[in-house]
This record gives sequence, structure tokens and C-alpha cells, in this order.
Amino acid sequence: MGLTDYCFKKSLWLFHFAGASCNNCDIELLDCLTPRYDVERFGMVLVGSVRHADVLVVSGSINQKCRSRLLTIYEQAPKPLLVIAVGACGCTGGIFAEGNTFAGPVDSIIPVDLYIPGCPPKPEAFLAGIVKLLNK
Amino acid sequence: MAQVFYFFIFPGLLFASVAGGFLSWFDRKLTARLQFRVGPPMLQPFYDFVKLLAKETIVSSEAAKSLFLMAPVFAVTGACLSCVLIFIPVFGIGNGFQGDLIVIFYLMMVPTISYIIGALASGNPLSNLGASREIKLLIGYEFSMLLVLAAIILKAGNTVSIHDIILLQQQEGAFIGSLSGVLLFIPLMMCVQAKLAFVPFDLADAETEIAGGIFLEFSGLTLALAKLAKYIMMLVLPSFVIVVLLGGFRLDGIHILWSLLKLIGLVLLITLVRNTNPRLTVGQSLRFFFIWMNLIAVVAILLAYAGL
Repeated sequence: MGLTDYCFKKSLWLFHFAGASCNNCDIELLDCLTPRYDVERFGMVLVGSVRHADVLVVSGSINQKCRSRLLTIYEQAPKPLLVIAVGACGCTGGIFAEGNTFAGPVDSIIPVDLYIPGCPPKPEAFLAGIVKLLNK
Repeated sequence: MAQVFYFFIFPGLLFASVAGGFLSWFDRKLTARLQFRVGPPMLQPFYDFVKLLAKETIVSSEAAKSLFLMAPVFAVTGACLSCVLIFIPVFGIGNGFQGDLIVIFYLMMVPTISYIIGALASGNPLSNLGASREIKLLIGYEFSMLLVLAAIILKAGNTVSIHDIILLQQQEGAFIGSLSGVLLFIPLMMCVQAKLAFVPFDLADAETEIAGGIFLEFSGLTLALAKLAKYIMMLVLPSFVIVVLLGGFRLDGIHILWSLLKLIGLVLLITLVRNTNPRLTVGQSLRFFFIWMNLIAVVAILLAYAGL
């Protein structure tokens, strides 16, 4: 493992894309930043611009309107980039999978590196998922 | 050759980035501890910098390409030059020259102006908004800082050399020991806060509001250099305050400890202000500097004229 790989794993900056989400996963994700879980001790911070991002966190089902936006956001991000699909809706579509505005789960639009299922996933599940991804 | 060594190794680029990176980590760790969190490991600024170097650098098709790519280089150069000019008299490498206080004042403005140029060249509307806010803030605090410097020059007996100012303070006690010195400390620290773009004056790179503002379009190499310039300014600005008001650094025996404590103490103060205040709007910050900070600085000038 080279120096740049090591540093990449030590300093993941998250950019948060909420699709047609019910906001429950988003709230659980923000819990990771609170004193109880504190992801900054692993070097992770939430950034405001996708140009700074190392990890694209996608939550919620993707419908016709946000499909093109997700694609644009993905293309705007500097590579290497990890993509995480959060929650039942992000992984499979969840209860919205048969809706007429549904535009496919996240992995049918952009390549996904990590799935964190749950409705919503707990902050512990989120941290465990990232640790598994980094130790892969 | 010596100039190249000064600029790149000591007290320039290498020294400043290591020391500034440490101070920046200290600031983040302290922020985390204040919020009852654990905080990042000590090498975090180094990890961030190396990671950003290895990432892809994106230039928008709307951007003025060369200007956008050169802006962070200008920022690092300006920050390094001001660091060299401050620390050469401080470490006793040389005596500086008459007027280096004025040169340093303008060099410390270079990183901010480079960010503004980079943001305006990036072709992003939110970046332009951030740049316009930064320009307004610059107009606000630079005038206060000039008034503070005028008072310091008056107190130092009309000398504009860093070396003479430090010498005078080491013979007759630091300027902050007088009433006008205490008054000058307040606007100068507020200017430092605004120059570092920390809360309450972070309106130009407000992350939740305009998505990173002036740094929005920077990515990869350009963002790495912008971060590096920020690390260096984290060392330069508190050192400048120590040099002009707190008696400078002394590097013999126990005084090394005092010098380090002064530096750490100022960063502590900056972090505390940053963590206990909300973000101000453009109007509020301009009013803050134009009315209150200028008033304090003018009163301090009058007191200094009266010899207090």
C-alpha cells in the first residue's frame, strides 16, 4: 500500500447527496458527526462542494428528476471517488421500487462501492460499513 | 543561494508548513475537545495535503484556466514570503530592512487576494458571490489593521523595522503592557480572525450557505495549495501579533518555552472566539470593523500619542 493510498484512507471527505429521501437516513448520517460517534477522529469531514469530495454518499430512492442530477454530480467529482448507497431506498429502491417515477436504484446509474442497508441504518452500521470498505 | 534556502527550507516553505500544519491540527483538535469530541489525529493536515495532491484537478470549462491554476501558487508564495520576512529578524538570521513592517502588511494580504482572483476566475456563480463578500470584508478589516500598525509605529518611535520594534520591546517591556497596547490587541486579533476566515468572519467560504464559497471550484492540486497557504497563515498571523505587540520571540534558555506558549495561547484565543460565535453577515462585519474596531484603534492612537 503506497503513501497516497494510506493518506486517502486516513482523510475521507464526505459529500452528501440526498435523492428523493424521506430524510431519515440523512439524519442518521449527521448523527455520525455528533460527539457520540465523531467520525472526525478518522479524518472524515462533511464538505459543502463535490469538488472536494472523496466519498459520495447517496441516500434515498432516485426518481426521474434526480437521476440526471446524480449523474452530473458524479461526473463533477474528482476521481478517485468512492460511492456509498445508504438505506433500503438507496440500495434497492425499497418501498418506492414499484413507483411510476422511480428511476432505478443507485447502482443502475453510477457504480457503487458500498451498500449500507437499513431503514434507516444506524450510525454504527454506517461506521462498520466504512471500516469494511477501507480494509478491503 | 542563501535566499533560496530561506525561502524553501527555513524559515520559509518547509518550516512554515510543518509548524502551520501543527497549529492547524491544534485548532481542529481543540475545536473537537470543546464540542466533547475526540478530534483528528496529529498527522491529519499531512494526510489531507498528500491525499489532495494525489487527486484529480478539475478545471471548469467556464474558468479562465491559467489564472485559476496560478492563484493558489500566488497564495503560497505570498504566505511564504511574509513568513520569511517575519522570522528572519525574529530568529536573528538577519536584521531585516527599514520598512519591512509595511512590506509584510501587504504580503499578508496576498493569499486573500489570490483566493479572490481564483474564485473570480473559476466561473462559478457561488464562488463569485464568495469573492465579492471577501472583497467587502477585506475593505473592512484592512483599514483597521492599518490604523493598528500606525499606532504601533508611533509607539515604537517612528520606526518601521521589525527588528527595531522587537529590540525596543525587549528593552522596555512589551507594548501590550501599556493601556494603548491592550486596546490595540483587540482590533488586531479581530483582523487576524478575519484574515484567517474563521467564524464569525467566514462569510466568504460559508459551507452551509454558499457551499464552500471561494474554495468551491478548487480541487486536487489547487485545493492542496490553498490549504497549504492556510496552514502557513495559521503560523504567520499569530507570529505577527506576537512580534508587534507581545514582545517577539526570544530563543535563549527558558524564553523558548515562553515564546511557544505565546504562540499556542494566541491560537487558543482564536479557536475560542471561533467556537463561541455565530457567522456575521456582510453588513454586520463591516459595521463591526468600520465603527467599533476603528474607534478602538483611533482611541489607542490618541493614547499612544499621549504616551500611555
